Amino acid sequence: METTITVEPKQKVYFDLTTSPHLHSQWSTAKVMWFVNLALVPCIASALIFFGIQQILIMLVAVLFAVGTEAAIQAIRKKKVTLFDGSAALTGLLLSLTLPPNFSLSATAIGSVVAIGLGKQIFGGIGYNIFNPALVGRAFLQAAFPVQITTWTKPNYAVDSITSATPLAAFKFDNLLTETYSLAIGNVGGSLGETSAIAVLIGGIFLIAVGIVNWRIPISMIIGMFVFGGALWIINPQQYPSPVFQIFAGSFLFGAMFMATDWVTSPITGKGMWIFGLGISLVLILIRTFGGLPEGVMYSILFMNAFVPIINRYTRPRIFGEQKEVKK
Amino acid sequence: MSSKTFRGGVHPKEYKELTEHLPFEYFPAPDEIILPLSQHLGKEAKPLVKKGDEVILGQLVAQPDGFISAPIHSSVNGKVLSIGKEVTPLGFPKDSIVIKASENSVDKKFTFPPLDPETITPDEIRQRVAEAGIVGQGGAAFPTYVKLSPPKDKVIDVVIINGCECEPYLTRDYRFMIERPDDLISGLKLIMKALGVKRGVIGIEDNKPEAIKILSHKVEYEEGIEVVSLKTKYPQGAEKMLIKAVTGKEVPPGKLPMDVGAVIQNIGTAIAIHDAVVKGEPLTHAALTVSGLGIRQPKNLYVPVGTAIQNIIEFCGGVTEDAVKIIVGGPMMGIAQYDLQAPVMKATSGILVLTKKEATESEETPCLRCGQCVDACPLNLMPTKLARYTQLKRYEDAEGIGITVCMECGTCAFTCPANIPLVQWIRLGKQKVLQMQKERATTK
Repeated sequence: METTITVEPKQKVYFDLTTSPHLHSQWSTAKVMWFVNLALVPCIASALIFFGIQQILIMLVAVLFAVGTEAAIQAIRKKKVTLFDGSAALTGLLLSLTLPPNFSLSATAIGSVVAIGLGKQIFGGIGYNIFNPALVGRAFLQAAFPVQITTWTKPNYAVDSITSATPLAAFKFDNLLTETYSLAIGNVGGSLGETSAIAVLIGGIFLIAVGIVNWRIPISMIIGMFVFGGALWIINPQQYPSPVFQIFAGSFLFGAMFMATDWVTSPITGKGMWIFGLGISLVLILIRTFGGLPEGVMYSILFMNAFVPIINRYTRPRIFGEQKEVKK
Repeated sequence: MSSKTFRGGVHPKEYKELTEHLPFEYFPAPDEIILPLSQHLGKEAKPLVKKGDEVILGQLVAQPDGFISAPIHSSVNGKVLSIGKEVTPLGFPKDSIVIKASENSVDKKFTFPPLDPETITPDEIRQRVAEAGIVGQGGAAFPTYVKLSPPKDKVIDVVIINGCECEPYLTRDYRFMIERPDDLISGLKLIMKALGVKRGVIGIEDNKPEAIKILSHKVEYEEGIEVVSLKTKYPQGAEKMLIKAVTGKEVPPGKLPMDVGAVIQNIGTAIAIHDAVVKGEPLTHAALTVSGLGIRQPKNLYVPVGTAIQNIIEFCGGVTEDAVKIIVGGPMMGIAQYDLQAPVMKATSGILVLTKKEATESEETPCLRCGQCVDACPLNLMPTKLARYTQLKRYEDAEGIGITVCMECGTCAFTCPANIPLVQWIRLGKQKVLQMQKERATTK
């Protein structure tokens, strides 16, 4: 509500009559989304360094098709087109970074269309989706292009001992262990933006530091991995890799920092975040250890996404000063 | 010294640098004052004067009506112009006494006989606080003598002076602490005496190191009084948060601080108590901060209660071109004004003029389920759910997850990246639920 009143001496003031609070934090949806995009820069850099400058094409295609799909659907539904909030671009970028190097551009485009269309807009757009859109897109590609999506390229600076297989596949099928140093740097086979633990951690820690990512989710996932992965490792260190390997190999850290922490599809309560993170690690260990696939971060996050509404419902925080909950 | 605090909260930009270095100035008596009969929580006072009566500064013009009420004293020498509905900073008109100030009679002044704080009895303190019309200076304006008269069965073991001043911009309490530390401690001792309490704590946010230093030094040889440094965080000055930080105890929903043995008083209240007892002065002036990027000369002022906001703004050089909003109180809980004839009241802590830059409102976008509001809520509520239930008119559900516990601090709306007016929805829902509860009680 705005009224114009003239203040003596002849000074015009616009009275803005909104109610308190009259200040707001510096954050907006768009700013948050662009910050997450920014946090992916180290991962983009590692993808270009290890898999070649031409990989930028996959990212560009993914982003353009994601943004285009969002705009098209919003235009068709006669809704406000919200391209500049950065969320569609983020979905495209996240999707591209989970794909293998040299993945076909046409399949990438399809993945982006599915991610936005089926993963997000079908639910009503930003804020309303249940599953992480980028992972929905990737899951579709995994089903549609099962061979291509598991065909890995040898990284640029690979030493001879490392094949183009991912460290997880090498371990699962050939019992070859990749050293942690290579996993940290990222000079190993794998998805574009996920191989370098250091690049992922730089982006992730940045997001935690500015308050966008809640530390509880990555920390609970890592703790979960230590507990569940560590238990198997203690039982039989020959057959099961160490929890450190489990954490550094594959998509684990990328998933922990950028996928599981997606605001829309993760719990809103502190306790809920712990359950969610531990749950992802448990499902992930089960898939990696007993499943047919070497990797399972995508499925374990999507699986736990489904439980978020119920987790939120049953993890209401204890109200300040409230005594032990009395069940009615 | 590590700073104590509570869980949750936010860090709004402080803007204290605009006024924290400015000593209090006295505002000259305006031509006319408006004294609302209800400047306190509880029943409005009954006028004792009529149109045409001559009054002097400090004279009782309205007496309390009932237990929770407070008397009102004239803040100028002058003549009663009218008694009727007048605009107030609360946003709706209230019955008020309007007094036209006379030109050259500033010397006439009514005061109570001063009392000796050493020999005064608890009853005398309560009586003086009541007749001086002192109300809580923190904003809620609860009559202070009621707070000093707890029921016999409540055991009070600590008096906490609220020196947090966690609202951005406001520096009134800070100025009190560094300009009048002795009066503040004297006020605290009177409160402790009235309540028969041996322990007094002055809780100060750690963004006021000068105040912590001065007061720590002053209380060094005072038995039972200590200064506690608290983390700078909004809403550290909320009663429940302050008690949690200082004593570790949580006030249960629906209970009062005295239920956990604590009484909280604002800095300004303690000073007012000192003034009433030692100097015999009734509460006729409000100490307040005039600030914001939209005011030309920010100031800390002693202003006669009843002075129009307009006069104060003019005294501070007027507003800048880009001013968009005028608020009475702090920016987190204060009330935006539409009529600058509204008067300063006893518990007014500040007048802020905000520019577009400070008060910019970005567009509301759908809830991202980020959980930032849940994380920030100092009372561990789920603001996004409370707001949603209100939007859906599911008031029973909102009641079930504690909507009535909300103290409306605005932390949730401040922090929401989607810019959803969460606390505004919750206020609406809370009102509906309270109404529902009332109806339930009457139909039973």
